[in-house]
Amino acid sequence: MHEEKLQLAQRTLSEFDRRAFFTRIGLGSLGIAAAGTAVFAYEFLSPNVLYEPSAIVNAGKPESFAVNSVTMDVNSGIFLVRAEEGFFALGAVCTHLGCLTAWNQDLGIIACPCHGSKFTRTGEKIEGPAPKPLPWFKTWVSDEGDLMVDRSTNIPPLQYLRV
Amino acid sequence: MTARTDQLIEQMRGSRVWRSIFRSGTGNSTLHRALAIQQNIFLHLLSTKVRKRMVSFSATWYLGTLTLGSFLILVVTGILLMLYYHPSVPQAYADMKDLQFVVSSGLFLRNLHRWSAQVMVFLVFAHMFKVFYRGAYRTPREFNWVIGIVLLLITLLLSYTGYLLPWDQLAYWAITVGSNLSNSVPLVGNKIHFLLLGGNQVNANALLRFYVLHCVILPLAAFLFIAVHFWRIRKDGGLYVQHSEPKAQAAADSPLPAQEVK
Repeated sequence: MHEEKLQLAQRTLSEFDRRAFFTRIGLGSLGIAAAGTAVFAYEFLSPNVLYEPSAIVNAGKPESFAVNSVTMDVNSGIFLVRAEEGFFALGAVCTHLGCLTAWNQDLGIIACPCHGSKFTRTGEKIEGPAPKPLPWFKTWVSDEGDLMVDRSTNIPPLQYLRV
Repeated sequence: MTARTDQLIEQMRGSRVWRSIFRSGTGNSTLHRALAIQQNIFLHLLSTKVRKRMVSFSATWYLGTLTLGSFLILVVTGILLMLYYHPSVPQAYADMKDLQFVVSSGLFLRNLHRWSAQVMVFLVFAHMFKVFYRGAYRTPREFNWVIGIVLLLITLLLSYTGYLLPWDQLAYWAITVGSNLSNSVPLVGNKIHFLLLGGNQVNANALLRFYVLHCVILPLAAFLFIAVHFWRIRKDGGLYVQHSEPKAQAAADSPLPAQEVK
């Protein structure tokens, strides 16, 4: 009788008995498994190889563009502009929600058909809802003399490429 | 003649095969009728017994039931459309056109699917307005309202994911615009966009992901939440409780669930 009381007192005193130990082991391993599942799911859902078109576009010979012309490449989503100062490539994908903008020769502006954003020929925003100007892409002339555009690299505006 | 038919039906209901399937047995007593509901896996979600005024047209305008009806039409027509549709970039658009012009009754099924989708979204909103203006979201039905919100989201996501599948210009740009919205989420926006589309642009991966979401994941989620939604109607005291004011709520320390106030 006395021993039983002692045992009971000990049990209430020690917070960490065998049951608590196993509960923690169980919950801990469940937590680790849950975290592992989350990482596994995230990794699985993110493709490692994308079969998307290359970011680098060959736009052809610089001579084929007339001075003061805006040429749109619908497939790659860029404007190739030959200004008096030189060449530049502008992203044609609207910075609002990703529609393809279009060059309007009569008004001399770039306009988006989806939500009415307007840009100048150099990509500056004239009116919203687009939050940002159209990006300028890195351009260079390849060894073969072709005009190249890297759609994944933005450059600060008004850096013309002189050929 | 009628007596003979009734006798035949009674005989059938008394047969061993029938009794092995429907265990409630024959008879028109209240008990038998209650058992018929209670012992059926589909019907047991519903109340075993309802008052006539609960199922009157004016109480609900049957908007919830009509929503279920449009959903079932979508399931049936959707499964049939799946038999001719390949979720791949070179084929999706052509398959959609084939369904319109080549497959027998394809045009009918596709139009039925599309129109039911529009109708379902409309009915969900109508149902929610009706519930809202009747105050049917109040205690003890708050949780069922929340499940209803989940079902609204599932309905809209089903509608959105289905929009890409025809793979025409409208679909492509609608999903481009819609998925770009997720870029606005702070910090993880681009990641969500990437996971949703399985790439950086609406492409083959995006088409396949939207197809799986539209045909498997979202319908399963819808079925699950619809079942809970219906079951909660019974648990929360039926379709129409005249005084579902806060007094119908069980006291916090009560072992009993909330009771209908008569």
